[in-house]
Formats: sequence, structure tokens, C-alpha cells
Amino acid sequence: MFHYTVHTSLDVVEEKISGVGKALADQRELYLGLLYPTEDYKVYGYVTNSKVKFVIVVDSSNTSLRDNEIRSMFRKLHNSFTDVMCNPFYNPGDPIQSKAFDSIVSTMMVQAC
Amino acid sequence: MAAVQAGLPVRLESIAGELPLPVFVGITNELEMRYPNQPLTNESQSHILGSVAGSAPRPPADRPVLRHPDTSMDKLEAWSPPQSPGISPPRSPSAYRSYPYGAQRNGTDTLLVHDAKVPGRPSVPQENSSPSHYSVKLQPEQPVITRVASVERLVERLEVDYSDDPWRITEEQREYYTNQFRSLQPDLSALIMGTVAKNFFTKSKLPIPELSHIWELSDVDKDGALTFPEFCTAFHLIVARKNGYPLPETLPATLRPGFVEAGVVTAPPSEATLPLIVFDENMMPGANQLKMGSVDLQGTSRPGVTAKQEARDESRKPEFSPKRIPEPHEKTIQHVSTLKPDSPQELDANMKSRTRPRSYSSTSIDDAMKKVEEPPTPPPRPQKTHSRASSLDLNKLFQQSGQGAKSGWLPPPPALPPRPPATQIFSFLPGSEKSSQKAVQQPNFADFSKFREEQESSLRGLSTEDLTPPKSESTVVHQGHAPQKPVRRKLHPESQSATPPSATPYSAATLTKSTQRPPPKQKREIQMAIRKNRETNAVLTRLNSELQQQLKVVHRERVTLESQLELPRPVTST
Repeated sequence: MFHYTVHTSLDVVEEKISGVGKALADQRELYLGLLYPTEDYKVYGYVTNSKVKFVIVVDSSNTSLRDNEIRSMFRKLHNSFTDVMCNPFYNPGDPIQSKAFDSIVSTMMVQAC
Repeated sequence: MAAVQAGLPVRLESIAGELPLPVFVGITNELEMRYPNQPLTNESQSHILGSVAGSAPRPPADRPVLRHPDTSMDKLEAWSPPQSPGISPPRSPSAYRSYPYGAQRNGTDTLLVHDAKVPGRPSVPQENSSPSHYSVKLQPEQPVITRVASVERLVERLEVDYSDDPWRITEEQREYYTNQFRSLQPDLSALIMGTVAKNFFTKSKLPIPELSHIWELSDVDKDGALTFPEFCTAFHLIVARKNGYPLPETLPATLRPGFVEAGVVTAPPSEATLPLIVFDENMMPGANQLKMGSVDLQGTSRPGVTAKQEARDESRKPEFSPKRIPEPHEKTIQHVSTLKPDSPQELDANMKSRTRPRSYSSTSIDDAMKKVEEPPTPPPRPQKTHSRASSLDLNKLFQQSGQGAKSGWLPPPPALPPRPPATQIFSFLPGSEKSSQKAVQQPNFADFSKFREEQESSLRGLSTEDLTPPKSESTVVHQGHAPQKPVRRKLHPESQSATPPSATPYSAATLTKSTQRPPPKQKREIQMAIRKNRETNAVLTRLNSELQQQLKVVHRERVTLESQLELPRPVTST
């Protein structure tokens, strides 16, 4: 049921990254910050250099996580994702089946809760 | 089961005293203890009791059974001939040793042992019991058999070698992995790129998710490439997986890149394990060759054998049911058709292309390396071959001139460059290669004669078969016919003006009439080639223009018909 939220947030992400004209990409650009605060949750965005988008949906009732924490979460996500990409048997676009990736994500989520 | 296990050690220990190598026995016991977790072991142990009782009749039964599983399981065809002769020498010492242990022991039994352990061999469940039983006793024989060990046995050793741990790489395995690594990347300290490794490991026919998992485990530095230790780890995991071991969630300590293998040399080599077989398709032949060369029980015959193995492995790539008996015969035939890592092509085409790497491989290692190198770079080879006898020039010239003459209006210019190397290499083959090559050439002869017929028919049919002209030429080359330039010059105007049927008989007549001539000089050959190319170009241009005109006519007609269809009244169209 979060898919709808994520898809709508994609539009916001596109909007944000289209505005960026800089050629070089640094961490700041990758992290898009709070995309879309709704009454129930907050959506944070992050785009990689290869235009792969990470979207984190956080429950608003949760004592709001600091921006740093979100950034670190995205950083970990990005690292795990690159590890997955490095696997030559992984076709970009496939659902990620890497156990290591899943474990990192779950750990992160547990931490955030 | 526990009782059986207990029974086994008891038996072994009683015999262990006689064994010169009791250590291995202990290892085997330990390994046997592990096997309760595996269905195979259960089965085997349940049978052990039976095997103990009926051990006497087993050895003879096992021997034929051994052959059978070998043929059915051994995808590594190349290995079968070396393996069987390899088995016989150790069999005698093993037999000698087996005397104190009773008639049960057999050199073949050791092979059977690991056959049993290999999963996916439902056809030989019976052997599971006897092999496992025998394996325990055959431990002392393992070192002897190990020498003979082909690459196939490496994985089998896997099962028994684990002193502690199935995730430990033995010396032979490491050596094998080294060879495989070298076949992909000559520099052992360099990296294998992800795509290269992916293609290589995909040949093991493991499912992609598992391969993906293996990669995750082995690529410790997560750089998308494999260092040599990482490669060994990945290979080892694949081998283990092939043998039925479930993939671990995390990398075992013994497989970490920093781990140095103490190297327990044990494990009687038994049936070829699947991964080795699978990999034999392309890379393994090279490694196998190396392995065989290093073990070298067969002596000088090995390189030739291994070379043949390569050939056969190549051809066998689509299949996975090697038959050892026909292998030797096929080896000679396959010897030529090897080494293209790509998908199987026509045998004839392959023979031509694949002989290229053959001709230059002096050692088995070079073969492996050249296999990788040569397919992408055929063009430079002609220069190498030019240094050879003038007969090569003859072949080249004949090929080119024959091409111009025979194909008449359809000599494909692009086909020219690859052809000289092929023909030159063919001329190489008789001179440089071993007798096996000559056996190979005979199929070439047969094929090329067939191609010749094809070519003639194709000429009549106005088909463009690039391969046929060169092949027929090379056939003629093999037969020792020298190109006849004056005849060919005569043929050129005729071929260009005459219809295909007339050109074909002429070319055939020329070929049949051609006699031995003194080799022409290179310059003349080149000039001839240039002239022929020009004539070919002219012919093709004319053909092209004719076809264009025809195309215009047809197009006009089509437009007319379309307009007529659309409108009832006639409309003039352009």
C-alpha cells in the first residue's frame, strides 16, 4: 500500500533532479531530503549517479529521525546497492534477491524504529 | 546409522594398523560422520552393512558399474581416456594394498566411492554403499590414485579431503583453480572482470541466483572483479554446490581470501564431478591439459590427448553425456574443431577456424591461453605462417586464385582474409602437429570434398557461400594440387562472362586438371590476388546494378498494382 506513495513521490524526485544542472554530483545532490510530508508519513528521496532512486517512507509518528540519520541510511543503502550491482549475475532492473542486501536493509529499518 | 558409523570406524581402525597412512582413514571416518546429514550418506551407510557382507561379489560388479557411471556422469570426455589408463597403474598398487583388506578393495572402488558422493547420480545408488564403504578402506590408496587424479577427481577429492571442513581447498583443487584462472587471466595477481567471470561460471549450469549468491560470498572487496583468491573461493563454492553442499550464508573462514590452505592430499579420485565436467567445455580443457601435464602419468601422450580433449570438450559443450569409449575416436575428429568459446558452429567451419589455435599451441598451457587469444585475432596469423615453407604461399595463392576462378561472379572479398590463415594453418598441420592432427585432417578432407560439391551446386544455384570456395580450395590444397595461374587467368574472362553452369564445370575441370607446379613468388601471388579482387569487384558491381534495375522494375509494378487496388479507375504511377 506504500507503492502508491512511492510512485507519487517519484514525481517529486524527478522534479528535483531535473532542476539540477550541475554536471558533477556530490553527496548533497544525491540526497534529496524530505520530498513530501503527508499527514501520516514523510518521504525522503535519494538519487544515485546512475539515476537510481531510493525512497524512504518514514512514519511521522516516529520521533522524527534526524536528517543525519536519514542521510546515513541512504548512504548505507547506496553502498549495499553498489555491492549488489557489482555482482555480474545481477541484471539491473531485476528485483534484488541478495541476502546481504536484505539483511542490511532490515537492520537499518530495525534501527530506525 | 550411528551403529553403522561406529561399526565403520571400528573396522577401519582394525585395519588402520596395517595401513601405511592411517591418517586418511581417520579423515574418512570423520567425513563419513558428516554424511549423515546427507541423504547419500544415509543410503550409503545403510548399504555399508550389506556391502560388508557381500563385498566379494562387489568388486567385479563395481568395476563395470564404475565404467557405467563414468560414461554417464563423466561430462569431461577428455578425461576418460587419461583417467582409465591412469586408473590402471594405481590399481595395481591399490590392489596390492587391498590384499590385506580383502577382496573388497579395488582401485575402481575408490572411483566409485566418489561417484556415490556426487549428487545427481540416481543411476548408481547401489554404488553409494559400496563406494562409501570402500572409500574408507581405500584411503591409503588415495595418494597413489591422487597422482593419477585428473581434474575430475579434484572435486571428488573435495568430498574426502575435507579434513575438517568441506570448505577447504586442497592442493590439487588450488592447482586446478590456478590453471582455470590463468586460462581467463594470465596474470595471477590481476583481476578477472565481472563479465568474464560471469560467463565462465555460467557454464557451470548452476542457477543464476545461486551464482549470484556465490559471487556475493566470494567478492570480498566488492569491486565487481575477482582476484585470484576470490576466484578460488568462487570456484570452490561452485564445486561444492555441484556436489550437493548447500551454499553457506556467510563465507567460511577457510575460504576467505587470506586463508592459506594446508593442503590435505587425500581423496581417491572417483568419477568426474559435475562442475569440472561442465567447465571443461572451454576453459577446463586448458586446465585439464595443464593438470594432466603436471600429473603426467601418461607421459608424452598427454599433451596430445589433452589437446584432443579440448577438441572434444568443445564439441561436447551442448551435450552432457560423454561416452568414454567413443571418446578416443571423437577426439581425433574433434581435435580440429576446438577452442572457440562461442556456441557450437558447423563442424566444418569450426575445423577451419579452430585449427588456428591448434597449430600454434606447443604446450598445453599455451593452448589454453591461445584459445582465449586466438578467436578474437585471426587476421594477424597469416604473417606468422608466411615464414613457413613456400607451400603455405602456394595454399594462399591457390585459395585466392581458386576463389576467383571457381566462384566466378560470387567470390566474397570479405572471406579472403580469414581464408589464408586457415589454409596456411592446414598446411601447418601436417608439418607441425602430431599424428593426431593427421587423423584430423582426414575428416577435413572428407568435409572439404563435400564442400566442393556444395560449392559447385551452390554456384549453379547462385548462392553465396563464403565457406565453400575456401574449403574446396583448401581441400585441393590438401590434396597437393598447386594453383595454376595460366589456367586461372583463362578462367577469369570465362567466369565473368559465362553463366554459372559453365563456370562451374570449368572450375571443376581446372581443379581436377591442376597438377603440381613450382611455387610462385609472393609478389605474383599478391598481384594475382589483387587482380582477382578487382575482377570480383567488377562482377559484383555489375550484379549489383542489374539487381538494382530489377528492383526498380519490381517496385514500379508493385506501385501500379497498389494503385489499381485502391482505385477502380486506372491511374498512371511512376
